[in-house]
Amino acid sequence: MVGRPGITEKKKQIFPIPQSLDGAGAEGIQVVVEPRHGWLSLGLGELWRYRELLYFLTWRDIKVRYKQTLLGILWAILQPVMTMVVFSVIFGNLAKLPSEGFPYPIFTFTALLPWQLFAFALTSSSNSLINNQNLITKVYFPRLIIPIASVLVGVVDFAISLLILIGFLIYYHVPFTYRFLTLPFFVLMAVASSLAVGLWLAALNVKYRDVRYMVPFITQFWMYATPVAFSLELIPQKWRYLVSLNPMTGVVEGFRWAILGKTSDILSLLLISGGVVVALLIGGLIYFRRMEDEFADII
Amino acid sequence: MGDCAIHAEGLSKRYRIGVKQRYNTLRDSIVQILSAPVRKFTTPRVKTPDEDRFIWAIRDVSFDICKGEVVGVIGRNGAGKSTLLKVLSRITRPTSGRAVINGRVGSLLEVGTGFHPELTGRENIYLNGAILGMHRVEIEQKFDEIVEFSEVEKFLDTPVKFYSSGMYVRLAFAVAAHLETEILLVDEVLAVGDNRFQTKCLNKMEQVGETGRTVLFVSHSMQSIVRLCKRVILVEGGHIVADGEPHHIVDRYLSDGAISSAERIFNLDRTNNPVRLLAVRVKNDSGAVSDLQEINEPVIIEFDYENNLPGDVHVTMQLVNETGVVILQSSDHLEKNKLAGLAPGAYRSTVEIPANTLAEGRYFMTAQLRNLNRSKEKYLKEMDCVSFTVRDPSDGTTVRGNWAGTWVGVVRPMLNWNVKKL
Repeated sequence: MVGRPGITEKKKQIFPIPQSLDGAGAEGIQVVVEPRHGWLSLGLGELWRYRELLYFLTWRDIKVRYKQTLLGILWAILQPVMTMVVFSVIFGNLAKLPSEGFPYPIFTFTALLPWQLFAFALTSSSNSLINNQNLITKVYFPRLIIPIASVLVGVVDFAISLLILIGFLIYYHVPFTYRFLTLPFFVLMAVASSLAVGLWLAALNVKYRDVRYMVPFITQFWMYATPVAFSLELIPQKWRYLVSLNPMTGVVEGFRWAILGKTSDILSLLLISGGVVVALLIGGLIYFRRMEDEFADII
Repeated sequence: MGDCAIHAEGLSKRYRIGVKQRYNTLRDSIVQILSAPVRKFTTPRVKTPDEDRFIWAIRDVSFDICKGEVVGVIGRNGAGKSTLLKVLSRITRPTSGRAVINGRVGSLLEVGTGFHPELTGRENIYLNGAILGMHRVEIEQKFDEIVEFSEVEKFLDTPVKFYSSGMYVRLAFAVAAHLETEILLVDEVLAVGDNRFQTKCLNKMEQVGETGRTVLFVSHSMQSIVRLCKRVILVEGGHIVADGEPHHIVDRYLSDGAISSAERIFNLDRTNNPVRLLAVRVKNDSGAVSDLQEINEPVIIEFDYENNLPGDVHVTMQLVNETGVVILQSSDHLEKNKLAGLAPGAYRSTVEIPANTLAEGRYFMTAQLRNLNRSKEKYLKEMDCVSFTVRDPSDGTTVRGNWAGTWVGVVRPMLNWNVKKL
């Protein structure tokens, strides 16, 4: 605030804006507005500067979800639990799918957790830009924040379901091993996959409005392509690497490895799935940034 | 360039319009790609000229705005004002040209951006503040000021969907008004709320201008523009057509499309009427022809006419305001009746409208030559032959005094008021 004539005397109290928080264009910093030339940077620095807005948009979506609802936050628990019950009855009891020596319910619930995060992120981020069109046409901020916020909302649900999972683990007397400590890594991978696909869908949906109608179908199909309701062991060895191209395969198997302690060729699985996630994520970021400039015009 | 807050060079923005379907479906795009080779042979090539497919919302806009300037931007609807602000706010990229902006930009293109109806007033203040670019610390520190300005303290913890529209805009504006960026881009957001609140907003904007911030202000209210801005830019069809002193530019904007200015000289060859108008002029108090009149000075209108018939010809004038209301009608017949019958020939009748009679605005004058003693005789009627604008210098000496808000009434006489203690 120093050096700006006319302002200092109006202030009763001084609130210094820490330089680190001051956004682009603080005194001395220039912003150039021009048509885009060539390849863009990914804009991650700017994303960091707008992190408070990310927090607020996530907070807003979470608050609004449960306002005026009857069950409120319970929904975050009900969904995976109900799905687990249905799967257990149909796939566990009726179809009698093998679950590698673990009780079927917990076998599937472990996979359901990251899966539901992913599925939520698909639907939520593909609609996120359209739902926030009033912001996009009126205010400037890096548009990446919008799909990221929608994925983060899913992470909150995930965190709540994790508590239920721990309850189940205790109930089924599953031992806690050191592998549990690797869980954050798999969570990160789940979030990265969700974001990777979410970014593509969000950007595509702005230009091609039928994407949002394809998403439920894609989600369904994807779930059956991932070993959520069934075990990876069911897939013949030669097809297993194909299945691991699906990023969620790595995540789901990783969760099972870390939580249930099941043995598997986890490393090669992770390498393939992880590689796909990274490629999708970077590709998604680049595509998103290229399309970003048009959003306000075509949304 | 270091002193400039905003330096714009050749900014242009082109939009595609209409013909092509706006929302593509993936199916359509795929089909288009696959059938491209076939289409070349089967579809007759109808070349739609470029002009039909694109419009330039702004074209080649260049200007420099220095730190601390409060600049107004005016123009008709569709002139490109909002597009200019959108480009400067980085919401949309220009098609060509560039702008260099020094300082943090806050754009108020709409009040209540991001307000969510399910959230309470308190929650929306934080949300809206964050969306506008304020940091959480900032919002917390200004929270009480914002609430006080908006006057919705009692309803702060009620979801905004239950607010009346007035409360909604008051809260929205209150948050926006406390944005403390070096540069502010404001797009017609002052036209919200009732009169009292509008005045409050105007006062606040004035304060903002005085704190040394750079403001670019788009508005349709000439009143606000003249009051707040030291410089005005007129935009027309995507181009800047004028840039200068507020009253000047505002008047140019207002008079555009009007039929004529303050002086009209008639082409005498075209008529052989025995009774005809030669010229009509609107003059100000110092005798100069002027289409800009001060409200606290008399307006003088001069009619030069020629009468070659025996008998009197009376000049009648009607004043009509912008909305089509006939303010007054007046004639020189009483004066003429005092004089003995006038001989045929050319005459000049002059009328003086007293100071502090007319309200502000644009007026159109219709002149008639008739014989009011014999009502069926109307020789001539010339509609809207001249026009002029009455403006209020807002210096405290007129009927308005220091009031800058709306002042209604088709006339504005300075009346005598008497105040006495009972």
